[in-house]
Amino acid sequence: MTNTPIDRLARATPPDMAKKVRGLSDRAIAWIFVAPTIFLLLAINIFPLIWTVRLSFTNYAANRPNREVEFVGLRNYIRILTDDGIWANMQTTAHFLIWTIVLQVVIGFSLAWLINRKFKGNDLLTTLIVLPMMLSPAVVGNFWTFLYQPQIGLINYVVELFTGIPASSFSMLGPGGLAKWSIIIVDTWMWTPFVMLICLAGLRSIPDYIYEAAEIDRASKWRQFWTITVPMVLPFLMLAVLFRGIENFKMFDMVVLLTGGGPGNETLLASIDLKREAFEKWRTGYSSAYAIILFVTVFGLASIYVKALNKVKER
Amino acid sequence: MSAYSVTEPTGRSKLVAAVLVTLYMVITLIPLAWIISTGFKSGPDSISYPPKVVFEPSLEGYVNLFTTRTRVSQEAFAALPPAETWYDQIVRDQGMVIAGPSRFGERFMNSVIIGFGSTFLSIFLGTLAAYAFSRFKVPLKDDLLFFILSTRMMPPIAVAIPIFLMYRELGLSDTHLGMILLYTAVNISLAVWLLKGFIDEIPREYEEAALIDGYTRFQAFRKVVLPQAATGIASTAIFCLIFAWNEYAFAVLLTSGTAQTAPPFIPTIIGVGGQDWPAVAAGATIFLLPVMIFTILLRKHLLRGITFGAVRK
Repeated sequence: MTNTPIDRLARATPPDMAKKVRGLSDRAIAWIFVAPTIFLLLAINIFPLIWTVRLSFTNYAANRPNREVEFVGLRNYIRILTDDGIWANMQTTAHFLIWTIVLQVVIGFSLAWLINRKFKGNDLLTTLIVLPMMLSPAVVGNFWTFLYQPQIGLINYVVELFTGIPASSFSMLGPGGLAKWSIIIVDTWMWTPFVMLICLAGLRSIPDYIYEAAEIDRASKWRQFWTITVPMVLPFLMLAVLFRGIENFKMFDMVVLLTGGGPGNETLLASIDLKREAFEKWRTGYSSAYAIILFVTVFGLASIYVKALNKVKER
Repeated sequence: MSAYSVTEPTGRSKLVAAVLVTLYMVITLIPLAWIISTGFKSGPDSISYPPKVVFEPSLEGYVNLFTTRTRVSQEAFAALPPAETWYDQIVRDQGMVIAGPSRFGERFMNSVIIGFGSTFLSIFLGTLAAYAFSRFKVPLKDDLLFFILSTRMMPPIAVAIPIFLMYRELGLSDTHLGMILLYTAVNISLAVWLLKGFIDEIPREYEEAALIDGYTRFQAFRKVVLPQAATGIASTAIFCLIFAWNEYAFAVLLTSGTAQTAPPFIPTIIGVGGQDWPAVAAGATIFLLPVMIFTILLRKHLLRGITFGAVRK
C-alpha cells in the first residue's frame, strides 16, 4: 500500500463519514448516473425487441402499412421451423462458423505462441498484424471481390503462380463450390488477430515460476506445453471463441458485400436471408419470427457455452 | 548481461519465431497494400493480367472518386476548350468531361459527424453508468450488467426491423440524430463494461479523502475520478469510434439520401461497366487510413483494450 498523506487520511477515516456529505445522496446520484443508459437501452434495444416479438405473431408487412394486420398465432414460427430452405441456411451458417473458428484458433494461437518468444520488434509486428480487424468489414469485403475476380484477380494469379492451375479455370466467388471457402478465408484474414491477441494475453498471464518449477521437475518442453501452457490459456481461448462465435452467427456486412449470399444460395447465411425476407420481400411478421428464432439460438448457445467456460475456469 | 533463465527462449527459437511472424505479417498486409496501390492505378492498369505491381502512378482513381463524369459526343468533345486544370485533364484523358462533384465528400462528413457524435454520447453516458456500477450499490447490479452486455448478442438485422418502423414513425429515419442514438445504444454496452474495469482500478480512498475535504460526490467524480480514468476513457472512445466508423448493416438499412455514411457508399462507386476499382480503392484508402494510423499510434492502449474487455469478464 502506498503511504501518501492522502492515503493515510483515507484509512484513518471511517467509511461512514463519506455518507455525511452535502449535496445529493449516493443513491440519488447512482440513479441519475445509470438512468440515461438504461433508458437508451430500453428505448433502442428492449422496446424494439418486444415489438419484434409482437410482430412475429402477425402477418404485418412494413411496405403496406394500411393493410389490416391479422393475428396469426404461431403460424410464422411453424412455417420457419419446417422450412427446408431455412435449415439449409442454418447449415451454411454452421459451416461458416465452425471453419472460421477452427482456422482462427489454430492460426491465432500459433501466432501468439510465436510472438510470446519475445523477440525484438514483436510489439510493432503485433500492431501490423492487428490492422485488418480494425478496418470496415464492408469496405474491405467489397474490395476482396476485386482480389477474387475470375481471370484477372490477384488471388487467381497467385494460385496459378504456385500451383500451375490456370487462373481462368476457376472462380473464387462463382459457381463451383469455392464461394463458401472464399468467405471463410476473408473472415480468417480479418479476425485471426483478435484470437491471437486474447491468446497472447493468456500466455502472458502464466507466471514464469510455474515453468521454472516444471524445469526443476525435469518435465520435457512438450509436456510443459500440454500440462501448463494449454490448460492455462484455455479459458482465454474459449472466451475468444465465444466472441467470434457470437459475431459470426450475426455475420452480415462482409459476406453480403462479397457474395450477397450467392452463387445461388451457397453462401446464404441466416442474417443475409433474414435481410432478404425483411427488407426485400417485406414479410415483416414472418421475418420478425425469424429474428426471434435466431436471437434465441445465439442466446441459448452462448449461455450453455458460458456455463462450460465457468467450469473450465474453476478447475 | 542477464542471468540465465530457464523460461527465456533461446536465440535460435526467437529467430525462427520472428521469421515466421514476419512472413505472416507480410502476407496479411498484401490485401491492404493492394487497396492503396490500386487507388493510384489507371483504369486499364488496375485490371491488367498478370496483376501489375510496378505501374505508372495516376490520380485517376482519386479524381473519379470526387467527381461525376459524362460522355459527350465526339464533335462536342473535339470542340471543347483545352482542359483548365489537372483534374479536368485526367477526366478528358478517359474521353469524358466532369459533370459535377460526387457525393463522397458528403458521405465522408456524415461518417465523421455520426462517428464522433455517437462516440461522445456513448462515453458521456457510459462513464456515468460505469462510475455508478463501480462505486454504488445499484439494485440488481449483476442483472443490469448482464442485460447491458446481452444486448450485443442480437443480430443487427433483427433489431433493424422494429427500429426501421419506430424511426419511420418518429421521423428519425435517415437523420444524423437517429444514427447517433442507434450507434450509441450499440456501443454503450461495451463502453460501460470497459470503463467499469478502468474505474474499478482507481482506489476508492482518493474520492473518500476528497469527500472529507468538503467536495460533493459530483465534484469528487469530476475532479478526482475523471482525470484518473482519462487513459481508459480515451481508449474506450477509440473503440466506440472505430465501431461507428465501420458499421454497415444499420447504415445500409436505415439511411439513404441525407445521412448515409461512407461504408454503404463506397461499394456503390461505379464506372463504365461495373465497379470503378481505382476509385473504390481511392475511397477505401481515404476511409481506412485514419483507422490504420490511429491503430499504429495508439497501439499500447488499443491492444490492452481489446484483451482487457475480454479478459475482465
